[in-house]
Amino acid sequence: MSESNDPPVHWLERMLDNTWLLLALGVLIPAISYTLWGLLELANLKAATLP
Amino acid sequence: MSIESPAKNWLHAPTGTERAWIGLALLWCIVLTLAMPYWHFKGKQNSTGEAYTVEPTRFADRVQQFVDSNKVGEVNGTPIAEPPPGGDAYLQAQMWRFYPVLQFKKGQTYRLHISSLDIQHGFAVLPINMNFQVLPGYDHVLTITPTMAGEFPILCNEFCGIGHHQMTGRIIVTE
Amino acid sequence: MTTLDPTVEGALPETEAAGRGNHPPGTFRVCATTGLTVDLAAEKFIKINAVFAVVFLLLGGIAALLLALTRWSAVHLLNAEWYYRMTTFHGLNMLILWILFMEIGILYFAATALLKSRLASVKAGWAGFACMAVGAIMLDAVILAGKADVMMTSYVPLRAHPTFYLAIILVAVGTLIGVINFLATVYIAKRDKTYSGSVPLVVFGAITAAIIAVSTLLHGAGIMIPTFLWSIDVIDHVDPAAYRLVWWGLGHQSQQVNVAAMVSVWYLLGTLTVGAKVLNQGVSRTAFLLYILFINLASAHHLLVDPGVSAGWKIWNTSYAMYLAVLASMIHGYTVPAAVEVALRKQGHTKGLFGWLGAAPWKNPGFSGFFLSLLIFGFIGGITGVTLGTEQINIIAHNTLRIPGHFHATVVGGTSLAFMALAYYVVPLIFRREFPLRWMCRAQPYVFAAGIVLMSLGMSFAGSYGVSRRSWDVEASGALHPVSYDPSVHVWLGVLGIGGSLAFVGLLMFVVPTVLAVFFGKRVEAKMPAW
Repeated sequence: MSESNDPPVHWLERMLDNTWLLLALGVLIPAISYTLWGLLELANLKAATLP
Repeated sequence: MSIESPAKNWLHAPTGTERAWIGLALLWCIVLTLAMPYWHFKGKQNSTGEAYTVEPTRFADRVQQFVDSNKVGEVNGTPIAEPPPGGDAYLQAQMWRFYPVLQFKKGQTYRLHISSLDIQHGFAVLPINMNFQVLPGYDHVLTITPTMAGEFPILCNEFCGIGHHQMTGRIIVTE
Repeated sequence: MTTLDPTVEGALPETEAAGRGNHPPGTFRVCATTGLTVDLAAEKFIKINAVFAVVFLLLGGIAALLLALTRWSAVHLLNAEWYYRMTTFHGLNMLILWILFMEIGILYFAATALLKSRLASVKAGWAGFACMAVGAIMLDAVILAGKADVMMTSYVPLRAHPTFYLAIILVAVGTLIGVINFLATVYIAKRDKTYSGSVPLVVFGAITAAIIAVSTLLHGAGIMIPTFLWSIDVIDHVDPAAYRLVWWGLGHQSQQVNVAAMVSVWYLLGTLTVGAKVLNQGVSRTAFLLYILFINLASAHHLLVDPGVSAGWKIWNTSYAMYLAVLASMIHGYTVPAAVEVALRKQGHTKGLFGWLGAAPWKNPGFSGFFLSLLIFGFIGGITGVTLGTEQINIIAHNTLRIPGHFHATVVGGTSLAFMALAYYVVPLIFRREFPLRWMCRAQPYVFAAGIVLMSLGMSFAGSYGVSRRSWDVEASGALHPVSYDPSVHVWLGVLGIGGSLAFVGLLMFVVPTVLAVFFGKRVEAKMPAW
């Protein structure tokens, strides 16, 4: 889409208009920060020694 | 209108009271964000999540061994076990009881191991109201220092079947 | 001044000369009240989703009354078996079925009517709805048959009949199809240039809800499919800690879908009831962006007292991220009432600091429901939520009645009440039926809100003494080791019972006029009658 005559649109406004970028970020951020990180911690737990 | 398309270049910085409100809210959020980690190091009551994987049967054996070597009495048919000061204590949760009754000395620090033999349970100490999750296959270690003497009921607060509301236990703290 | 409420003079927007989006002839109608282009296929889906939603609201509401009358110690109605069964039934009907059916309706409305677009796929609409409906009926049947007394959370290794997990998978898949259909409609609307500039704010809020829903439903599939396979003995173990982690990616994120949908409904009702204009598009949309980016991390607060995940993971995901999402709610909590204030002041209600508030249309249930929803969500739900989501405070609150005390203020006093307020416009505008018993409609938001607030406070105070949620018998009579509470907990449990009963009356005051209107209401021929 060419907008040669319009003033440049702020990057944040363009980002807010980009549904697909928002979808990707909205799925990736929790997947990494919450799900993957959490599962990695659970997978790397040590076995109990039960002193 | 919230139901009409705005024309391009609608992005403007907030002004006036709106700006002040957002500034205040942001400041408050930053304070809260810093408060939780600060209190994790400064406060005395935290949930570190310290845990190890464990086979339920192995945990049950260790609990029995703990009871056999530390038994100091019996209440309502349940043995009372008192670990040495600074030692490890073991508590098993199962449908629908906690075993054994634990006895601690006020002011001493213990490592309390909690796990479940069957399904998920909750560990709630009344009336001081402390709650932790108990999972089968996980040895949940709480480092605790009782600060009050007395008898403290333990209650399961995670649904565990039809007898859930009758699943109780006890901790005794002596002077 | 323009407003879409026909009660206000000069309200109707001028007939638009513009085209009717990408609709083929004969597939749309123009709303006489709002001037919006209503896609006839989408309208059908909005109707059936709304009807199903209200059916499940009623079922969940009957269960709610039974539960409130059981937790009220002096009444203690159900036996233990049926108490736990009804807790499972109530949670799933209210938190999943009523809300998801309603949300699919809202998404279809936002993408078609507000973007002047046709629905991307009618077939996908039917497929999604069929999955959801079949799943929902299976779910309720298996619970009532007593084969799935596992609570909404169904924590493994507590086991339900395989049908239970399959039903949840079907509902989730159906919802995902609906959400994809919504996103595809947003796509074709842009492709066909049915609107110019950016999407309207309400659509942006709906997109936010849809994005969060995608993440939610992926987590749901990620955990319910292995659990289903475990229930039919194809795999022999589902890790309980991993289950909790991924399940809350479904269980809590779905509530964030509600938050985004509810805030969109606030903006929509602000416009429909008093003609409120968005003060600053950038501020409101950036607040929605904070939801998209950060609100889902806050699911970690369910695991604050769990073994296995570290304090670093807990603190990062709940402090940093949750408070950015809280910031977003604080922003909406300002911009929505401020827009209402500006609109009312422009209509001449300028007396004093709060003259506009007194002059607001409090007899319009669309307005009172929306404004009470905002107050209950913000003050009771928000404050308890931020408090309980703190690592150290969670130790004294986890799995006590304080938790349901919080989420009944957010999901019921907030989301459900906002959706009820919306229904006061959906029925005359989409079903084109007039509400009978209008006095009952006018009183309904107040009765329902009062009941929910009372119940929420009763739960919160009882919980602060350590009373466990989901416990049939607080006194644990017959247990090996006795348990006792401060006797005042029974006063608070009584407040819970009275509040719950009052809220049920408020729910009936919503369901009865709505059902009468939809099936027997006088047809709205031209403009919707003013509230």
